[in-house]
Amino acid sequence: MCKNPYDVIIIGAGVVGCACGRELSKYKLNVAVLEKNTDVSEGISKGNSGVVHAGFYVPYGTLKARTNVEGFFAIPKLAAELNFPYKKIGKLVISNDKYGLTELKRLKEAGDKNGCIGLEIITEKQISHIEPKVKAKYALFSKETAIISPYLFTIALVENALKNGVDFFLNHEVIKIWKDKEFFVQTKKDTFHSKWLINAAGLYSDKISCLAGDKNHKIFPCRGEYLVTDKDNEKIINRMIYPIPPKDGASLGVHITPTTDGNILIGPSAEFINNYGLENTKQFLNEMKEDAFKMVPELKRLPIIRTYSGIRPKLIYAKTKKDFRDFVIEESKTVPKLINIIGIESPGLAAAPAIANLVLNIIGNKENLNKNEQFDAYDPKKPDFQSLSVEEKKELIKKNPDFGEIICRCETITKGELLNAINNPLGVKTLDGIKRRCRAGMGRCQGGFCTPRTIKILRKEYGIKEKDILKNENNSNLFFGKIKE
Amino acid sequence: MKYDRFVDLVVIGGGPAGLSTAISAKKNGIDDILLLERELCLGGILNQCIHDGFGLHLFKENLTGPEYAQKQIDELKTLNISYLTDAMVINLTKSKELEFIHRTGHKLIKAKAVILAMGCRERTRFNIQIPGTRPSGIYTAGTAQNLVNLQNIKIGKNILILGSGDIGLIMARRLTLEGMNIAGVYEIMSYTAGLERNIQQCLNDYSIPLFLSSTVTEIFGKGRIEGVNIGKVDKDLKPITHSERFVKCDTLLLSVGLIPENELSKKAGVKITDFTGGAVVDSELQTNIEGIFSCGNVLQIHDLADYASLEAKRAGYFAARYIKSKQKRYNRYKINFCEKIKYASPNYIVENKEAIIVSFRIKKPAKNVVLIVKDRENNILVKKKFIRLLPSELIQIKLEREVKSDIYLEIE
Repeated sequence: MCKNPYDVIIIGAGVVGCACGRELSKYKLNVAVLEKNTDVSEGISKGNSGVVHAGFYVPYGTLKARTNVEGFFAIPKLAAELNFPYKKIGKLVISNDKYGLTELKRLKEAGDKNGCIGLEIITEKQISHIEPKVKAKYALFSKETAIISPYLFTIALVENALKNGVDFFLNHEVIKIWKDKEFFVQTKKDTFHSKWLINAAGLYSDKISCLAGDKNHKIFPCRGEYLVTDKDNEKIINRMIYPIPPKDGASLGVHITPTTDGNILIGPSAEFINNYGLENTKQFLNEMKEDAFKMVPELKRLPIIRTYSGIRPKLIYAKTKKDFRDFVIEESKTVPKLINIIGIESPGLAAAPAIANLVLNIIGNKENLNKNEQFDAYDPKKPDFQSLSVEEKKELIKKNPDFGEIICRCETITKGELLNAINNPLGVKTLDGIKRRCRAGMGRCQGGFCTPRTIKILRKEYGIKEKDILKNENNSNLFFGKIKE
Repeated sequence: MKYDRFVDLVVIGGGPAGLSTAISAKKNGIDDILLLERELCLGGILNQCIHDGFGLHLFKENLTGPEYAQKQIDELKTLNISYLTDAMVINLTKSKELEFIHRTGHKLIKAKAVILAMGCRERTRFNIQIPGTRPSGIYTAGTAQNLVNLQNIKIGKNILILGSGDIGLIMARRLTLEGMNIAGVYEIMSYTAGLERNIQQCLNDYSIPLFLSSTVTEIFGKGRIEGVNIGKVDKDLKPITHSERFVKCDTLLLSVGLIPENELSKKAGVKITDFTGGAVVDSELQTNIEGIFSCGNVLQIHDLADYASLEAKRAGYFAARYIKSKQKRYNRYKINFCEKIKYASPNYIVENKEAIIVSFRIKKPAKNVVLIVKDRENNILVKKKFIRLLPSELIQIKLEREVKSDIYLEIE
C-alpha cells in the first residue's frame, strides 16, 4: 500500500492538510498525509466555532479575503458531494450604539468589496422580527453565513481522499526533515521521501518549516475557550449572534453559534499563551457566559453540557486591529518545493478548499499534472437515524436490526451508527474518534451511559483489551486493565 | 395514525420504580400493561449496586441491588406483566402516543395512561464547569460503578472522589475493597450529601479521609489525569485564595448530584419544576398532562431505592384507578413551603378522602426543629419534632386528615 517515494507529502491532517490531500487526489500523484495524533482533525480543526464565514471580517485584497470568499462558495458543493453537515442559517452582528453602527457599515463595505453576498444592515424592528430573543438596535445581517461540523468536514475530506488513493499515516510525528534533491521526512516510526512537501502542521507549522530549513516563521498561540449548551429545542435563537469585533484584533469576540447538531456554542475567549495547553479557565468560562447572556438573556435556561478550547495559530502578538497578518500560503523562499501553509486562523475553516486550490496551482506551475480519471468526488451519506422519517426508520431496522438498538440515549445513536463509526476507513478506534463520527457520548450525560456499552462492544466484538482503549492521544488510556484476571 | 398496538398502561423504565409501579397497577386490576426498558435487562441501576442495604423498607430484609431487582422481576413475571428490554421510547405525546424502537422495529403505540419511571442521570464535570484540562480518567461515580461491577474493569489506581453523594461513598468502599487507593473524598458543602450510614460504613470504617468545604478547582494532566487542585471554600462556596493545594491522582470520580431524566416528559408537554428537576405532580402523582404519571427518581431524587419503589407503588395504584374510572380531575390545592425547605413534593393536592404523602427536603442541616403543616385557616394538620434534619434525607409525612385548602409547610 505504501507508495514511497511519494510525489507529495503533506504534514498535518487538519482540515487544511486533508483538503489539500483530497484536491491533489484529483490528479495522478502519489500523496501521503502524515499526522502525529491518533486521529485526524485533532488540532485547530476541532476547536473552533464551525462557521463558514461569508468574508466580511477580512481586509480586501488579502489572501484571507480571497480564500475565505472562494471557500465560502466551494463548501456547499463539497457538502453535497461528501455529505457532511452544512446549514446556511445566517448571522447577525449586533450593536446598540452609533459607534457600533459605523463599525457594522464598515464591515458591510468590506464584505461587499470582498465579494460577499447577502449582507444587509437592519434595525431593531427587523431584528426582533427574525430573532425575537435578541435585543439590539442595529445589526449586520449576513443571510449566507453557514455552519458546518468542522471535524466531520475534515473526516469527510479524508475518507474521500483515501478512496481516491491518498495514504494517511496516523501516529507519525515528524521529527526530522532533510533534503537531498528530494525531501526525506523522518517520523517516530518510519522515513518517507517525496518531491514536494506541504507543511499544513497548523499550530506547529512554524516548527515544521524550521525542520525543513525555513526559519522565517513564528506562531503565537492564542487560546479560545468555549462552552456548549444542551440542545436548543425551543429555538431560542436560529442564527449566529456576534458582537462588534473587539478592538484588540485578536478575535471576533464572544459569540453565540448554533451547531449543526442543535446545541449552542458560547465563545471563544482570546488569550495569548506560551504553550499549547487546551485548559479551560474559570475566569474565561464565567466571562463568556456573562457576555453571551448580555446578548441573549434567555440562553441562561440552557444547561451547559461541555466546555472545550482551541488555539489560534497567530502570526503576531496582536494588540490592535492594525496588527493584521495575512495567511502564509506559498512556496518557501529558501527551500524550493516546500509549500508553507502557516497562520491559518479564522476564517481558515471556510478557506480550506480555496487554500487547497492555491497549493495545487503552486505545484501545477512546476509540474505537469495529469487528471486522475478514476477520481470519485462522491461519498454516500451514512445513515443518521434520528433524522429519518418513521417509514425510513422502520425500513432501516428491518434491513439491519442494529439500527433498532439505541446505544447513546441522549443523542439517540443506534448500534448501527456506532458500528459504522467504529469501522471507519482510517481505522480510528479511540473513544473521541468514535464520538466525533457518530455523536455517541456527545450529549447531556457526556458518555455516562453509553461509554460502558461502547466499551463492551470494543472489547467483545473487536477484541480490544480494556487497557488499550484510548480516549484520544497516545497516553490517554481509559483503564488500567481488568480488576480480576 | 396507524398504531401498532393499543395498551391500557405503558410504564417507561424497568428499574426499582418502573417494576414496582407495573406490579402495583396489575394488582389494582389493570391487565393490559407494557413495560419498556431501554437497557439490555430489567432492574435499572440496581444491577450495578452489588452492595447490600436494599429492601429494608419494601421487603423487610437486607438485600443487594441485584437481589432486590430479582425479587421485583420475579413478581413481574409471576403476574404475567409484559415487558420489552432494549426498547427505547423516542417520542411521547400528550395524547399518550409512544414511539419506541427495538431490534424488531419501530413501533407506535397508543396508551390510556403512561407512567414515567425513567430515573435520573449524573451531573458531569462540565455541568459544574470544573476548569482545567480534559484528560481521560474522569468518571461519574455511577459510570465507574458499572465499569467496575459489571465489566470487571480497573478504572484507576489512585482515585480522588469529588462530592459525597451516596454513589461516591459506596464506590469509595468498593474500590478500596478491590485494592485501589482512595486519595480522599472532597465535599464543597460543610456537610455531607450522602446518607449518614454510608459515611460510617463506607468511609469511617475504612479510614478514608473526608474533607468538607473543599472542592476541585482545577484538573491537570495531558492524556490521563495527573492530579487536581483542591481549594477550601468560604460560606458562599467561593474558593478561598491561596488555599489551593495539588493532590496527585490518576482518576477522578464525581458524585456531585443527580438530574431527573425528563427530556422525554418535556416532549409530551409535562411541566417540570426547577426545584427538583422532576415533573409538577398532584398528590396522585399525575402530571399536568392527564393520564401521565411520574414516580421514582425521574420525579424526585430519592435516598433509597425502597422509597422510589414505594412512591411508584402509589403511582401504579392511582394510574390503575384513573384507567378504570376515567374520572374527571378534581380541584386541586397547592402545597407551599417555607424558605428553609428546598422543595416539597407533590406540588398540588387532589380533593381527597385518603391519606396524602408529602415528601420534602431541607436546605441546610438543622437541629431540634419542628415541622408544622397548616391549612389556610391556620389549622395544624401535622406537627412533628425532629432532633436533626439533614439535606441528604428526603422526609416523608402523611396527612391523614382531609385537606380542603392550600397547605403550608413550615420549619420552626
